[in-house]
This record gives sequence, C-alpha cells and structure tokens, in this order.
Amino acid sequence: MKQPILDVTGLTMDFGGIRALNSLDLDVHSGEIVALIGPNGAGKTTFFNCITGIYMPTAGDILLTPADGSKKISIKGLKPNQVTEKGLARTFQNIRLFPKMTVLENVMIGRHCRSKAFIFGAILRTAATRREEQDILEMSYSILEKVGLAQFANEFADNLPYGAQRRLEIARALATEPLLLLLDEPAAGMNPQETMELDQLIKQISDEGQAILLIEHDMQLVMSLSDRIFVMDYGKKIAQGTPTEIRKNPTVIKAYLGEEVDA
Amino acid sequence: MVSLKELKNGFFISLWFVFLTFPIVVIKADPIQRTVIWRWHNALYMAIGTFCVYLLFKYFQYRKEHQVNRNDDQEQTVSLIHRILQKPLQRNIFIGVIAAFAVVFPHLFSTYQTNVMTTALMYVVLGLGLNIVVGLAGLLDLGFVAFYAVGAYTYALLNLNFGLGFWQILPLGGLIAASFGLLLGFPVLRLRGDYLAIVTLGFGEIIRLILENWGEFTQGPSGISNISRPGFFGMEFSLEQSILYTYYLMILLVIVTIFVVNRLQDSRLGRAWIALREDEIACQAMGIDKRKTKLVAFSLGAFWAGIVGVMFAAKTTFVNPASFTFLESAIILSIVVLGGMGSIIGVVLGALILILMPEYLRALSEYRMLAFGGILVCMMIFRPQGLFANIRRTYKFEKQPTAILPEK
Repeated sequence: MKQPILDVTGLTMDFGGIRALNSLDLDVHSGEIVALIGPNGAGKTTFFNCITGIYMPTAGDILLTPADGSKKISIKGLKPNQVTEKGLARTFQNIRLFPKMTVLENVMIGRHCRSKAFIFGAILRTAATRREEQDILEMSYSILEKVGLAQFANEFADNLPYGAQRRLEIARALATEPLLLLLDEPAAGMNPQETMELDQLIKQISDEGQAILLIEHDMQLVMSLSDRIFVMDYGKKIAQGTPTEIRKNPTVIKAYLGEEVDA
Repeated sequence: MVSLKELKNGFFISLWFVFLTFPIVVIKADPIQRTVIWRWHNALYMAIGTFCVYLLFKYFQYRKEHQVNRNDDQEQTVSLIHRILQKPLQRNIFIGVIAAFAVVFPHLFSTYQTNVMTTALMYVVLGLGLNIVVGLAGLLDLGFVAFYAVGAYTYALLNLNFGLGFWQILPLGGLIAASFGLLLGFPVLRLRGDYLAIVTLGFGEIIRLILENWGEFTQGPSGISNISRPGFFGMEFSLEQSILYTYYLMILLVIVTIFVVNRLQDSRLGRAWIALREDEIACQAMGIDKRKTKLVAFSLGAFWAGIVGVMFAAKTTFVNPASFTFLESAIILSIVVLGGMGSIIGVVLGALILILMPEYLRALSEYRMLAFGGILVCMMIFRPQGLFANIRRTYKFEKQPTAILPEK
C-alpha cells in the first residue's frame, strides 16, 4: 500500500487540565478527500491548529511524506509558516483574508513561500526577480480563474460577497501548492446555492489530484464529497470509515443525537 | 438640516465650555491693585465660538454621511493626485514641474528658505522610513527618533574621534541604525498594538537618556559641535554654498528613498508586510516568516532614519540629545498618519505640510501646537485614511495568460 501523505499518530493536546485531543490517529492518502466531523467542541479545530503549528501538541507525532515520495518528515513543533512550506495549507473557520489587499494580491501572498526575491531583488528588480514576479502573477491569476473569481481580481477582498470570500481563502491556500489542503468548515454560513457551488469546486480540485482534509458540519456536503470520514467526540476518535459505514455506526448516532431512553 | 435637538445640544455644549474655561478666560486677578477683574464678555465670546464650532462640526459630519450614501463606487474616492499619476503623460508633466521647481527653488528663495526646505525634505525621508514600519507592516513605532539619533551620533562621534568624513559615514550611519532596528525588533517580535507602542516609546527614551547621561562618550547634554559639513571631493565650500549643496543632496536622497520604497512596496516583501498588517495569523499560515518580515521592516525603516540622522548632523554641524525628544517621534508619526498610511505621495505631502506650515505661519506660532492637535483630531474624524490614502496596485489582464500587463 502507498504511504499516506499525512500520518498523525497518537496526537494529544492538553490545555492545562483539559485534554482537548486524546491520542488521535489519522491518515490521508494522496488524491483522497477525508472529512473530520464531530459535535461542537469535539476538538476538530484544535486538531487543525496542532498539525499546522499554531499549537504545540503535548504528545504524538505528525508525519508528512514529501511529493517525491522520499522519507517521511516530522512537522511536529515547526512554526506555522514552516508547516505551510512543507506542504500543508489551510483555510480558517472564521474567514481570515487580508481585507485591504486586492483579491489577486491575496492569492499572490500564497506564492510567498514558493518564491524568494528579497530586499535587494526588490530594489534592483533584476531579471530573475521580474521573471519570478511574472510567474507569481500568472499562477495566481490562473488559480483565480479556477475558483471563478477572476473578474474580481482587482477588488478589495473585503468587498467580496461572503461565498466568494470563502472561495478566495481556498484559492489562497491552493497558491502555496500544498500536498494536502485543510479546509476548516468551508461551508459555514453559506446558503444552499453557495454550498452547491462549493461542493463542485472541491470536487474539481480533488479531480486534479489534490488531497483534501476537511472539517464540516454540513452532513450532506460531507457525505457527497468524502472518501473516508473520521468522527471525533470529546477529543477522541470514535469512528472511521466510508460515508455509508459512518451513517450506520451506532456510536456516531449516539454522539450526535444522544442515546435512546427506554420508557 | 439642523434640528432643534441639535441646537439644544449645541447650546448645552457651549454652556459646558464656558463653565470649563471660566477660570482662565473670565477671572483675572490683578496682584498690584489686589482686585479681581471679571471679564464677562469673554464668556460670551467663548459661548458663541463654541457654538459655531459645534455647528461647523455637525455640518461636516452631515456632509460626510451624505457623501457616503451618494457615491458608493470607488472611482469617486480616488483623489485628484492619484488620477493625475495614473496617466503617463500627465504624470510625466507633473514630475517634470516638481523637478524643475526643486532645482530652481534655492535660486528663487533666500538661504533661510532653502534651509527650511532642507529640513522639510529630511522629514520626508524620515516619514518614508517610518512608513515602512507603521504604514506597510502595521507596527506602531513611537520611538522612531531613536534611530535618527543613532545616525546623527554615529556621524558626530566618528567625526569627532576619528575624523571620518561625511561620505564614509553616510552608509555606515544607516547600517548602524538598521542594526539598532534589529536590536529593538528582537524583543518586540511577539508584541502588537498598544504593547508594541509602549515598548518602542521606551526604547526611544532609553536612547535619548543614554545620550544625555553617558557624559564621557557622548559629551552629555552639551552635545557635540563643529561637525564637518558634507564634502565634495575635498572642495571647500562657503556657508551659503554648503547650504545649497546640502539641499541638493537632500533632494537626491528623497528621490532615492522614493524609488526604493516604491519598489519595496510592490515587491514580494512589500506584500508580505501588508499581509502582516492585515492579519498576522493568516499571514503565517500562508507561509510568511513573521520574525524575518518584522525584523526586516524594523531595520529598513531604521536605516533611512540613520541616513537622515547623518544628514542632520552634517547640516547643523551640532548635535545634542534635545533634538531627539519624543516630540520628534510624534511629529514623524503624524506625518505618516496625516499623509495616509502606506502612501508614498501622502507621506511626502504630509511632511511638507507639517514642517513648512509652522514655518510660514510664524505669526500664529503661539497657537502652533493647538492648531496641530486640532488638525489631527479633525483628520481622525473626517479622513481617517489620511490625505492621500494608499491605493493598491492593480493589474490588467489580456485574454492570453501570457500577456499580463502591470498597470500602476
């Protein structure tokens, strides 16, 4: 069997006396869409924050297999920007765009860690810098076209409608050329029409071979997109499997709906 | 337009002001005659004055609200100067006129005026330096004058002790100031907003106090005098020629600074700074090294302050700690805020307005600080984005993805 892109083993995170994540195992293979679901407060976003370097996990390991299939590298304890450089890019549950930058510039920021012009390059504007800048522009623009925001390229990000802002976050994350794209509740607050468009967009990205790990509450979206689902409750993994398996799993139903009480 | 309620409100505000200013404007004690003079008419003037200011204030507020409702499209908000700069022909004419004026300026006006203009140009560069830190990277720095002082004292001390010349020290002063920028940058990496402002304020004061109290090294409050003026391949200048020379040097420095800052702003690094200002967490999550980006912003900003510091020492031939008080930092910050954060043209005009205005309004010099404060308060209320808000670079795309034309 092929190596998973992301391999998380025994991930534990304590906040003081509270164990937010309890020895969690999770893996994502290339080209897969994996969903992470669970009731509110189950620790899903904490999990994202741990693997993207915002929190330092108490125990466990996070391994990433580089694109060339060479040896796994541990990304535990790296800074968020280093994690992104290694190939994990994320979106945020509450939108975190750069509001006073144009839509195009927002995506160009995503190219930052894949380019290297610095002070002197910027001042002297050498041939190499110009070429790099041109590449950034073209790549960013083509990503905008892919997510359907090209007509807004020169608008300020905060002037975009809500659904478009969500898609811009995805575009920005895609610009970092991630091995694995992490989406934190991409459909939160969207209307049915926007959710449908999002569903199509995620499928389209996935068809291009992009591995995706998403947190989502919209069950319809989760069931239609995911290849595999992990279910969490109180910081623990309570189930994993294909959408059909999860739908029938009694533990999952209990976690979401509570137990039936015999009269 | 003005409702009865607003009039009533204005009336009470006036009354309140009369009450507040009563001890100052109405009562006057005559210590010789041992009498108290009650100047009641002053209270009346105060009331009328306050009432008028209140109405004016309401009127502007009304107009502002109305304007927002009327034109929501972006075109209207782009100021005249930006519209001029957008068209290449108009821009070239504009730059040509400015350049011609700058060249003939010292020949049209007196030496005194030239000197004042040189000072204003120094503040332009200081403003552009601070603009990198505050306007682009969004790091509120209240101790910027420290780097200016470092530059000035670098020249003063090296000139005094080792007899080094202006041209040798100009880059050195910048570099030493930049390393002080790094020095300040390290401890404040984790701080933001108010906390950052307080630490930088402290840093500015620390530098000044060291300069004041480390007598053997800096000659303390009495300062260092007889610093050499800038030379030109060993030529000797008379005082007047030297002022002229310094003026042209400053013009050159301003041009270089604008050129560099403009390029930085449109580069990968400039985008990273702005992203850092907009959202630190998202910025890191997009793979930008927060530490490196912040440190570079601090040290590049400080670099320009250091360069201007050397210029300052060379121009005045005398430095002492009194030139580097918090007030200087506040003025430089006001330049950036008044002009428009992140906007080069805004900072340039902001500096010229703030530095030249007090010089030409000497008659009102007593009310200088009052007017200064008043202007800033009004700016914050009516135009928080500054006189000339920064407009982001836009790009025009042709059909084929290969033909992407950057458009300023």
